[in-house]
Amino acid sequence: MTDRPIGEVEILGAPTEEASGSGVSWERFGLPIFVLFALMGSWEGIVRFLEIPGYILPPPTAIIRAFVSGFLTGAFIPDLAVTAFQAVFGFLIGSFIGLSLGVIIVLFPTMERIIYPYVVALQTVPKVALAPLLVVWFGFGMTSKVIVVALVSLFPVLVNVIAGLRSVDQERLDLLGALSATRWQIFWYLRFPNSLPYFFAGLNTAVVLSVIGAIVGEFVGATQGIGFRILQANYNLDIAGAFALFMVLSLLGLTLHGTLKFIERRTVFWTATQTTH
Amino acid sequence: MNPVATTEPRERLPLRPASDGPPRQGSTMTIPDEQDRKSEHSAAAGGERPRASSGRKSLSIRDVSMVFTRAEHSVHALDHIDIDIEEGQFISVVGPSGCGKSTLLKLVAGLRPPTGGEIEILGEKVKGPRSDVGIVFQSPVLLPWRTVLQNVMLPIEVLRLDHSAYKAKARELLDLVGLGGFEKAYPQELSGGMQQRAAIARALVYDAPILMMDEPFGALDAMTREQMNVEVQQIWERSGKTVVFITHSIPEAVFLADRVIVMSPRPGRVLRDLHINMPRPRGLDDMLTPEFGEHVREIRGMLGKADAAGGRDDRQTNW
Repeated sequence: MTDRPIGEVEILGAPTEEASGSGVSWERFGLPIFVLFALMGSWEGIVRFLEIPGYILPPPTAIIRAFVSGFLTGAFIPDLAVTAFQAVFGFLIGSFIGLSLGVIIVLFPTMERIIYPYVVALQTVPKVALAPLLVVWFGFGMTSKVIVVALVSLFPVLVNVIAGLRSVDQERLDLLGALSATRWQIFWYLRFPNSLPYFFAGLNTAVVLSVIGAIVGEFVGATQGIGFRILQANYNLDIAGAFALFMVLSLLGLTLHGTLKFIERRTVFWTATQTTH
Repeated sequence: MNPVATTEPRERLPLRPASDGPPRQGSTMTIPDEQDRKSEHSAAAGGERPRASSGRKSLSIRDVSMVFTRAEHSVHALDHIDIDIEEGQFISVVGPSGCGKSTLLKLVAGLRPPTGGEIEILGEKVKGPRSDVGIVFQSPVLLPWRTVLQNVMLPIEVLRLDHSAYKAKARELLDLVGLGGFEKAYPQELSGGMQQRAAIARALVYDAPILMMDEPFGALDAMTREQMNVEVQQIWERSGKTVVFITHSIPEAVFLADRVIVMSPRPGRVLRDLHINMPRPRGLDDMLTPEFGEHVREIRGMLGKADAAGGRDDRQTNW
């Protein structure tokens, strides 16, 4: 997942660090891990030394214990599954709608004036404000959360798809124009592939927002999910448990983001090589 | 496909109309769609080299003017241009930047309508883009998500021609332009010269009888450029196409062309239609002959006179 940034570091460091050999891997792995342990160690030390109570700031060891036991006892699994499902499903629906609207707006310019004002109006309303209403309409179940996530994911995808479909080189248009390509051919051979890197940029923004959207939905009213568990842990002053749940959320976000990057690198393979020139 | 083709591609590539060469067995080039056009062509062209003959008009530019109007501002790009080009001729168009050379290409390609006059291709008035003109642009304009072969096949897909029949031809053209073995590479993996070769193969693949080239080698280094000039000459001789080659470089224009059209700065007018009768095939050494130097000097003098402000130092201007 992280092999590209590491590759870049290697290229940058190569002329000076290559000779010393171990220097490269120290900077790559050793130093970050050292800093991590130093931070955790001082956190642990300060909490113990000042005798800060666990319901205000738990020590890292307590958080890790809560995290590990949450997975070992299987307590996190059903809630993680619920939140992940809401985020992914809502993300897919929102991206699909964003992509479709973008295509429609670009192919039929009159539609832009009809659709776009509503989309912008919707975007200016914070989804946190909409969430309670959606819970009233669709209940405490997953539907309301999926809708919140879809609404959050839609906009970044839509904006990027429109930009990608429009930012086509005049020369490429002339190339197809000289072959008397139809509007549809120009779309399929040129505009659509041209928009894919933009589409993925939108997806990357949307996928991170989708986890936030699911949690916001659960905060407003839910009976299960990681967000629901965080609220519970707070009420019970189980702060170590809350921190452990934050870690679960971060892991979920990283996994989704990494999966998307993986797909992106295989789908829009040409952008990586282009930027190196 | 054809193992011999790699060792001796030049002799084997049946790019010329079928009647010119010896009959080829199992010809990969016989494509049903183009049979009519081919026979019509070779009949008109006859003889051993198409350009040597017919006198049939391939391209007529009659009294063409182009004025661009934007707000109250209007720019006179082309002013009453008259050019007649015979089938199989190689024409170079030279002139300073902004003399409307590229505009002329876009008009011939049917990408824009002229504001005055008309253009005829093979006796037919140009009303829009047409498939009998192949274009090589200033930059290669290859699509980065398609392999080299897929890029060359793009016109075939857009024109809805028989994909499988033309695939063999696309491969042979890639061999011809020196890109054999790079079919599956992506454009961004190629050098600038190789990309432009792929663009040439793409312009040749659909058998357009006219090839328009708009400063195709402007971005290449001098050595690659000379090599490409020699290759373009070979491709033209073997394909029998009518070529209109737009360039900034006077030596390039003289080296390649049967006729050099010299254009004035804006508004673009035809200053001179110069016939170059140097024998073919021309090699790079022919650029050292007195005849070649005389042509270059003559054109340079004409452009120097036309461009009063530009002065006589042509290192400062970009032709």
